[in-house]
Amino acid sequence: MSLVKLTASALAIAAVSATAAAARDNVQIAGSSTVLPYASIVAEAFGENFDFPTPVVESGGSSAGLKRFCEGVGENTIDIANASRAIREKEIQACAEAGVKDIIEVRIGYDGIVFASQLDGPAFTALEASDVFNALSDKVLKDGEIVDNPYAKWSDFNADLPDVEIVAFPPGTKHGTREVFEDKVVLVGCEQTGAFEKFMEANGGDKKAAEKACISLRTDGKAVDIDGDYTETLARIDANPNGVGIFGLAFYENNTDKLKVATMGGVVPTTESISTGEYPVSRPLYFYIKKAHIGVIPGLKEYASFFVADEIAGPDGPLAAYGLVADPELAATQSAVDAEAVMGGM
Amino acid sequence: MTDASANTPATPRPGKHAGSLLEQNARTLRRNAAERRFRAYGLSAIVIGVTALVVLLASILSQGLPAFQQTFITLEVHLDEAKLDKNGNRDIEEIKKVSTFGYAPLIKTALSTRAGELGISSEDLGVSDKEIAAMISKEAAAELRRFVIANPDRIGETVEFEFLATGRIDGYYKGRVTMESAEKDSNISPGQLQFADALKEGGALSTHFNWGFFTMADGSENRPEAAGIGVAMLGSLYMMIIVLVLALPIGVAASIYLEEFAPKNWFTDLIEVNISNLAAVPSIVFGILGLAIFINYAGLPQSAPIVGGLVLTLMTLPTIIIATRASLKSVPPSIRDAALGVGASRMQSVFHHVLPLAMPGILTGTIIGLAQALGETAPLMLIGMVAFVREFPAAPPEGFFDPASALPVQVYNWTTRADPAFVERASGAIIVLLAFLLCMNFLAIILRRRFERRW
Repeated sequence: MSLVKLTASALAIAAVSATAAAARDNVQIAGSSTVLPYASIVAEAFGENFDFPTPVVESGGSSAGLKRFCEGVGENTIDIANASRAIREKEIQACAEAGVKDIIEVRIGYDGIVFASQLDGPAFTALEASDVFNALSDKVLKDGEIVDNPYAKWSDFNADLPDVEIVAFPPGTKHGTREVFEDKVVLVGCEQTGAFEKFMEANGGDKKAAEKACISLRTDGKAVDIDGDYTETLARIDANPNGVGIFGLAFYENNTDKLKVATMGGVVPTTESISTGEYPVSRPLYFYIKKAHIGVIPGLKEYASFFVADEIAGPDGPLAAYGLVADPELAATQSAVDAEAVMGGM
Repeated sequence: MTDASANTPATPRPGKHAGSLLEQNARTLRRNAAERRFRAYGLSAIVIGVTALVVLLASILSQGLPAFQQTFITLEVHLDEAKLDKNGNRDIEEIKKVSTFGYAPLIKTALSTRAGELGISSEDLGVSDKEIAAMISKEAAAELRRFVIANPDRIGETVEFEFLATGRIDGYYKGRVTMESAEKDSNISPGQLQFADALKEGGALSTHFNWGFFTMADGSENRPEAAGIGVAMLGSLYMMIIVLVLALPIGVAASIYLEEFAPKNWFTDLIEVNISNLAAVPSIVFGILGLAIFINYAGLPQSAPIVGGLVLTLMTLPTIIIATRASLKSVPPSIRDAALGVGASRMQSVFHHVLPLAMPGILTGTIIGLAQALGETAPLMLIGMVAFVREFPAAPPEGFFDPASALPVQVYNWTTRADPAFVERASGAIIVLLAFLLCMNFLAIILRRRFERRW
């Protein structure tokens, strides 16, 4: 009969589990894989220096994180969403519909996006946004006409670039990095080459459609989307001597013995050149806090204040050492966190 | 053939059947060749399989074995009262206010002093003060702070500690980092490596077995050297307990009812078909189910072993039911008939005679189901267990509701990190996981060999 007892106790555990779920005492965070290293560094230091438990940080991408963030208010939803892009209007609406009305936006600093090839691979010393557009866009401008991308080598359109096959590994569409890559590189290149105007003409002056045409990448195997993490991009580049990958600055800084970085407009990406704005391709990193959870989940506000404190997110802190470009307006962010200022005065 | 040919009347067709046993005709040659070819195919299939296994194991072992070794730097740290307890009243709350950033300079001073004693000149090697401090893991400051808070009475004394060296220095002694790669590396310089070599000569730096790999929690990207699988192993253990406690009784009860008591009709047939189908359902589907039911509907916490255990229970149940039913079926009906014949009730015949005889098969099926569940990652992703978790879960039953990681998830997590030192950690965790799986499968084989009865 011990079997019956076992079953009964098992059922009892299952029943208890439904009720004992109350009172979560650790902060839960999810979102961008770019912000994850920073968040885990902060979470670790936070757990060491405070009496609160170390927050749990999950990865999964900015969009996935914000989606979970907007699922509602309550202990079985996450408290903080990390994002490598600003929250979208649509997401704010979705949040509001689920009852997540007061959101605190915290900008933690900037991240550079770099192009890099194998250490022994070709050197890209004269890369411009227009070159990236020419290399990777589906349709380009050639002799004043919009044509299907005919280029096979980098030197085909810019003699200063290496005479090697075009193979690039941009991040997949679920990544926040992809959006910055599209907005700050491909689109800029599209305008520089003049293709943007042609697209405008072709689409009857529809700006949205023209932008969409600009950022659609070629599908003939020369631009391979990487849906995984930067380690996957690194593995692809390892296997492909001519491959060019797109990384976050921090990832490159940790793998300088394997990667050769490309300059953009003649500027080498470093935390300095990005903070001065010389290096053009950078983006702010954020995290979003549910205000309704402050005071309910212990340590939530302390974690946020600790994150943006000078000793952490400042120019000499561990985050900067890892590759984060410190925000010059950090003081404003600190006071906003202290005041629990919610977004857009909604 | 021979019978048939013997029965047929005379005039055998010459050349067709007539032939010498010693001389092979064309057809025999063809058949023999076909057999040889088939053997060659079979052999090459095995060779391919074994090679793949050897390559896989060799790469995992060569990458992962270094994870069990770690480089340490032994230092005597002076716990400066002026820095750690300004008022000198040993008030624990005041000591706690000194953050790990306040402890880092103490360690740097200790290392510089040690280097001075050993006659290492940092100027000659071109190593800056900041670089010297960077040679010791950032975990060291946390370790020191924990020690001071636990032993406030030792402030003012000089205590010997064994600190972790930073991941790059550790990699240097494992062949991952070389002088050439250090030139290009922004995180380490050749000077620092020479400094480390000098420390090693002086006996302050050594590489030995790393228990921390088994006992410590995950580390952030800044300190791969301090990352361990402690939380992941505990999380996996908790989940396996839950799976065992839930899946074994439910699975066995269901199988006994279906096999021994249930009437044979279209309804039980339907259930049977569904159980077989469930066994083949991709595990991610159970993850989605778990998210919808256990987290969103029942309100269980995210990242907790209880949810992981429940999801894996659902996944393991069909395996256990199928194995249990098979072993119940293999108990001959004569056993049941004999028990019923001497007046036992049906329940007595099942619990006193059939079930004990079927037990080895049931346990084997359960262990294989558990091993399968132990290596599962996909459903855990959806319930938030693929996470950076540093807090150890409490003892059960409360611990079932605390966030935890799991072994396969930890492997996945580490492979996505930027620092190359995590690749070694991931392979090390794979070795541990494989060792667990081997043990479980071995146990299953022993149970089957020792206790299984055949009729």
